[in-house]
Amino acid sequence: MWSLSHIANEIHTWLSNTFNPTWTLVIEMVLAGVAVIGLFAALGLVLVLMERRVAAWIQIRLGPNRVGPLGLLQSLADTLKLIVKEGLTPDGADKVMFNVAPFIAMIVAMLLMAPIAFAKDFQLWDLNIGVLFVTAVSSIMVISILMAGWSSNNKYSLMGAMRSGAQIVSYELSAGLSIMTIVVLTGSLQVSDIIHSQGNGWWIFKGHLPVWIAFITFMIAVTAETNRAPFDLAEAESELTAGFHTEYSGMKFALFFLAEYINVFIVCAIGATLFLGGWMPLHFGSNNAFNDAMDYIPSSIWFFGKTFCLIFLIMWFRWTFPRLRIDQLLNLEWKYLLPISMINLLLTTAMAILGWHF
Amino acid sequence: MSNEELKSSITGLLPSVAFEEGGEWLNILIEPGDWLSLAQQLRKDEALFFDYLFCLTCIDWKTHLTMVYHLSSTKYRHTIVVKAKLDRNKPEIEAVSPVWRTADFHEREVYEMFGVQFLNHPDLRLLILPDGWEGKNPLRKDFEDPVNMIRL
Amino acid sequence: MYRETEIIKEATPGSNGEAGVFTINVGPQHPATHGVLHLVITLSGETILKVEPHLGYIHRSIEKMCESLTYRQFIYVTSRMDYLSAHINNHACALCVEKGMQIEVPPRAQVIRVLMDELTRIASHELWWGAMAMDLGAFTPFFHAFRERESINDIMEETCGARLTMNYMVPGGVMQDIHPNFQNRVKEFLRLYKRKIHEYDELVTGNIIFQNRMKGIGLLTPEDAVSYGCSGPTARGSGVSSDIRKVLPYEIYDKLEFDEVLETGCDSFARYVVRIREMQQSIRIIEQLIDTIPEGDFQAKTKAVLKLPKGEFYTRVETARGELGVYIVSEGGTTPYRIKFRSPGFSNLSVLDHIARGSKIGDLVAMMGTLDLVIPDIDR
Repeated sequence: MWSLSHIANEIHTWLSNTFNPTWTLVIEMVLAGVAVIGLFAALGLVLVLMERRVAAWIQIRLGPNRVGPLGLLQSLADTLKLIVKEGLTPDGADKVMFNVAPFIAMIVAMLLMAPIAFAKDFQLWDLNIGVLFVTAVSSIMVISILMAGWSSNNKYSLMGAMRSGAQIVSYELSAGLSIMTIVVLTGSLQVSDIIHSQGNGWWIFKGHLPVWIAFITFMIAVTAETNRAPFDLAEAESELTAGFHTEYSGMKFALFFLAEYINVFIVCAIGATLFLGGWMPLHFGSNNAFNDAMDYIPSSIWFFGKTFCLIFLIMWFRWTFPRLRIDQLLNLEWKYLLPISMINLLLTTAMAILGWHF
Repeated sequence: MSNEELKSSITGLLPSVAFEEGGEWLNILIEPGDWLSLAQQLRKDEALFFDYLFCLTCIDWKTHLTMVYHLSSTKYRHTIVVKAKLDRNKPEIEAVSPVWRTADFHEREVYEMFGVQFLNHPDLRLLILPDGWEGKNPLRKDFEDPVNMIRL
Repeated sequence: MYRETEIIKEATPGSNGEAGVFTINVGPQHPATHGVLHLVITLSGETILKVEPHLGYIHRSIEKMCESLTYRQFIYVTSRMDYLSAHINNHACALCVEKGMQIEVPPRAQVIRVLMDELTRIASHELWWGAMAMDLGAFTPFFHAFRERESINDIMEETCGARLTMNYMVPGGVMQDIHPNFQNRVKEFLRLYKRKIHEYDELVTGNIIFQNRMKGIGLLTPEDAVSYGCSGPTARGSGVSSDIRKVLPYEIYDKLEFDEVLETGCDSFARYVVRIREMQQSIRIIEQLIDTIPEGDFQAKTKAVLKLPKGEFYTRVETARGELGVYIVSEGGTTPYRIKFRSPGFSNLSVLDHIARGSKIGDLVAMMGTLDLVIPDIDR
């Protein structure tokens, strides 16, 4: 009754009855934009707090617990601080590029929200090349990092940006290949098709070993793509002070920071959609009693639950592992992950043709 | 090797060497000009094998400067102290950083703190003090800094 | 590994390798230098061609300062040199004054001193372990290390009244008797520590990323280690026997059972393992002594004003970082005529350029971590 798709339909019906189709479209787009920005901000606050709490839990300490009840307002207070801080632009910097870079990072993160299905029938844009759209747009992220590093007129920033460029470009390959395994199994690039194909079980259960391998490769690759530890060489605070955003301060820094967390959310959402069924509840074949019982849990809770599990996994990586060196990082991709995912894709294709999956 | 044996071997290497009594270890006094060749011999001689220069410093005696080198052998565990008197107005001695690499930094420190010129040092620049300190040698007894020094 | 001539060729403008060679300043404000060390690094891409340390940002001229302080006073200044092994610095100075005055230290004081030294050594290595893991990008070990270090600091606070710069050793013994709780708290710490030490290996030592970052990196041959004057765990990671506690035993170290930890890997990992195993040896020493602290005075009777006879006195002790030498030149007065501290960090730092050449900038940070540099100790 109160599902997200129901609310969206109600709004759509009301708007259609009140305005003409053009205005309906315009108003709906504005609403969607506001919703995305709102989600963006909310996610940023939640994820930063979550990261700090997870870190504190792993590091046997308490974490933020002063601002607001249980420290819940901590990230809000941090945001306020960052907003009122002066945004410095270094003298020697390329001013235009320097100031535009954080916005590109944020716009990319926002664009990636479009094809994600947050709940049953609740999706901004179910375009027929949804998965391709995600891989294509997420590679624009590297441009903002390169711009930031280049325009800062700082050697540390430049090194961070160059590292990041090499890293993101390489790891996109194995991320793309592991996404391909699911596309091969589903036979569609459309996000809704992929989710519906998991109605009788998630791919991670149906797809045997190859999907497991693809899932692990995917998690490693996206951790690297989002510049998270142990692959945070672009920032590498003990080597490059803060990497590509060394010279950024105030809100411009906050946008990079926010974009990183939104990217983490998005890659985890993609991972959850492809491998764990997105909003699809836990179903087992044609066991109807079990499946119906699972359907009682709202689809949005399934989606966010899975996504946050994966986010937790990525945070766990960050607070456990030491950082790799740049040549080790590239060796890992080109000598191990890429061949593995190529062979894995071959296996999956054979499996899909022979129909060996459930 | 005991102190007596050390004495005779070192006298064999450099006859003009003088010995100073007292102190925990064998103290030898040399002329600055003899230092580099003696250092090389001390390092290379199989029976002496002083491969570990564990302390290199200078003392300002107001009338002259004394370079003090503490040498030890990781093989035989014997220790000697080599001292060389330098002219206070024009202190010069051969650098031993090619013999013991650790002397590189220590000699740079002594250079800036006492103004001792180490001849043939590969890179004799200020190490600790900021640029523009040349000529004022903080660890000499006549150094005065009315701002930062407090007399008790 | 780069050869010297290649480096000079590449770093010289106009030669073939000119393109892409640039310098960066690491420090004096940089997260990896743990203080105000300033390194000027010449790089070709990510590869290090030359590392040039610039010191002095925290130089306080302690040697000059000590020339105007009496033999009781100057010991307190030395806590500020290598602040992580403050006890051991104080100990070295106290030993040197005692050597000059020929003071017999009562057995109780000797045991307390050794106990404090070893506790300090553990605390120092704990901090090093956490900080080094942080240099490699792992934050969590830092907090795990501080959990144990905190209980050592509490013990210190109870007995010495301070947590970092204890100033507990005085010529002739220790400043005051140990707190009645001391033995129990130390035993409690040992229990806690033994229960937790396996976490260190699980969290860091066995980690595949960590091992790949450490093994075969920062190679330092035994000959170079001696030539560069390296001491402490840095030298022992290259298999050079340099533990002053074994080589030239002071206090009661010759009566204690412990092993000099030697590794022959010569790389960063060997230096890491030496420190981890040294902590266990320190535990061994503490266990031997904690139940058998002899009764008696904690301080020898000394005159109010100490006057060292004319002469030169040198003591060598093993701090957590290596060999600390205290060289006092006395003219017979109440203050030293000249005092020289041969600090372990100063010599250990000088080897950095040698071992870092040809490796990546990420490795430089790891190497600095395994050299365990404390900047006030280097600058003095």
